[in-house]
Amino acid sequence: MLVNTKFLGKVEIKGSEILTFEQGLLGLPENKKFILLALDSDLPLALLQSIDQQEIGFVVAFPFAFKKDYAFDLSEEDKEQLRIEKEEDVIVYSVVTLKESFQDSTLNLLAPVIINNRTKLAKQIVLQDNAEHPLRYSVNAGAYEGSAK
Amino acid sequence: MIGDQIEVKILSTDGDQIKLGIVAPKTVKVHRSEVFEAIQAQNQEALQTVDLTGILKNTKK
Repeated sequence: MLVNTKFLGKVEIKGSEILTFEQGLLGLPENKKFILLALDSDLPLALLQSIDQQEIGFVVAFPFAFKKDYAFDLSEEDKEQLRIEKEEDVIVYSVVTLKESFQDSTLNLLAPVIINNRTKLAKQIVLQDNAEHPLRYSVNAGAYEGSAK
Repeated sequence: MIGDQIEVKILSTDGDQIKLGIVAPKTVKVHRSEVFEAIQAQNQEALQTVDLTGILKNTKK
């Protein structure tokens, strides 16, 4: 099927690639079908694109590339909802709030997007609000290797 | 009590201020609604369109 994307024009995707967010994303409970698309970049970024609305497209980042010690537990409820059986099935992404200059951008480490790559179920979960995983983590903070400063 | 497992306690009162505590099993997440609202607002901010040409390698249209 053809999806109208926010940054990549019209993209052909397979139904099997569609991610289902049963609860949508926080603040967007109606948007339940998304697709993860690669962005042609040196940075570990992707586009989380809503199938139904072109404007609903988030740039997401692989958080561990920016914060090596980023770690959290999934609650039993989250594991059940996403039908997670093995750690290897889990993919984690953080929503990026982009600024005019990428160096000023931040990652949302407080509410990561959890994807079960086997079942294609996904959810944006909320971690405990503390300094270890803030809402706005500067992309600069972890001195990501490969960024030209 | 809320349901069978969640207890709302009054921790202290001070004039017209009341401090509430929530006692819940570890399996239940307890968040102040400000946290959810802040995340929703952050998601909205993340949706603001920004020029990606600084990030993408191939900027041909």
